[in-house]
Amino acid sequence: MSTEKPAKEALFSKKNRSLLTDPLNANNPITVQVLGICSALAITVKLKPAIVMGLSVLVVTTMANLITSLMRNMIPNRIRIIVQLVVVAALVILVDQVLKAFVYDVSKQLSVFVGLIITNCIIMGRIEAFSLGNTPWKSVLDGLGNGAAYGGILIIVAFFRELLGNGTLMDYPVVEWMGLYDLGYKNNGMMLLPPMALIVVALIIWVQRAKTPSLIEKD
Amino acid sequence: MQEILNIFVKSIFIDNMIFAYFLGMCSYLAVSKTVKTAMGLGLAVTFVLTITLPVNYLLETKVLRQGALAWLDPSLAELDLSFLSFIMFIAVIAAMVQLVEMVVEKFAPALYSALGIFLPLIAVNCSILGGSLFMQERAYENIGQATVFGLGSGIGWLLAIVAIAAIRERLKYSHVPAPLRGLGITFIITGLMGIAFMSFMGIKL
Repeated sequence: MSTEKPAKEALFSKKNRSLLTDPLNANNPITVQVLGICSALAITVKLKPAIVMGLSVLVVTTMANLITSLMRNMIPNRIRIIVQLVVVAALVILVDQVLKAFVYDVSKQLSVFVGLIITNCIIMGRIEAFSLGNTPWKSVLDGLGNGAAYGGILIIVAFFRELLGNGTLMDYPVVEWMGLYDLGYKNNGMMLLPPMALIVVALIIWVQRAKTPSLIEKD
Repeated sequence: MQEILNIFVKSIFIDNMIFAYFLGMCSYLAVSKTVKTAMGLGLAVTFVLTITLPVNYLLETKVLRQGALAWLDPSLAELDLSFLSFIMFIAVIAAMVQLVEMVVEKFAPALYSALGIFLPLIAVNCSILGGSLFMQERAYENIGQATVFGLGSGIGWLLAIVAIAAIRERLKYSHVPAPLRGLGITFIITGLMGIAFMSFMGIKL
């Protein structure tokens, strides 16, 4: 927080900070708002693609929030979905080209899922719900918070799937290094199958809601 | 013919949009509380997938792919526009959804009022864009295969959402641990259904 007391709201006032931190727990885009699961879970088999995907979504959410917030008074209400789609699609093309240029092998692993960031519900959801009605700086914070929360869940899921399913982390053979195979430990190949991603997310939801009872759904 | 049948069965059961790729999960989770609405959304998705895939297939093979523009002029044979495919596909999808909405409203008002609110939302359903991107990646040989792939993916999605909606209707009467209620248990059931669907893997006609 800045030390002097400006007439306007400080850059990191309490309200602005909560924009950044709320999505991390109480308003998590994946486990509470249920957005953006679409393009996410299929790439959580390994940690590395998950980190790259998380970063890509973070960049796109933040930039899309910023751009639409800057344009929010110019976009006619009736065609706003198309305008949002074009902004997001342009950003995703940029991200895709950057990934192809610098991390080609990861980009191959992500295959269609980079393109699917366009229809990722988090991005459209945040634009619709937040950046069309708020100032650019707040929108950037909101984008950062939601992108980071999304990436966080991806990384947690990928961590468990790679560790338990493959015995590695970032392709580094952790389990072998600990010598567990000599004690009769076996990798659980089932963790590598797509359905296990859903079950790991369900377990994360379980833990989170057990710790934060206010999130429990009423019937 | 056999190839087409193979693609059809594969896209419904083995490469199921929900269970194998998690596409369209947002609407799958949000609109699966009753079987009736789930059926409506599933039909709309199937419909839109079946008509957008052939259009995007033509776009891909006649405009975007490297050398695809050679039919227009031999000097364009070197051109590779595939970096534009995301924005072109999504534009086609949004336009088609709008068109379908108008046509359905004009000629089938009953269907329109049944699908009503879901149609515009489909433009941002991941499974639609996913279908086009998979079509591009797998490079189907002709427009028939692409269309059948779209139809099959749609039916697979419909199957998944109707099944989960039916289970969720029954789930109301069961005793779920409080923190898992609602979202959590739906995820777990989807995972279990996905494991069941994996038994189709390896089937080849």
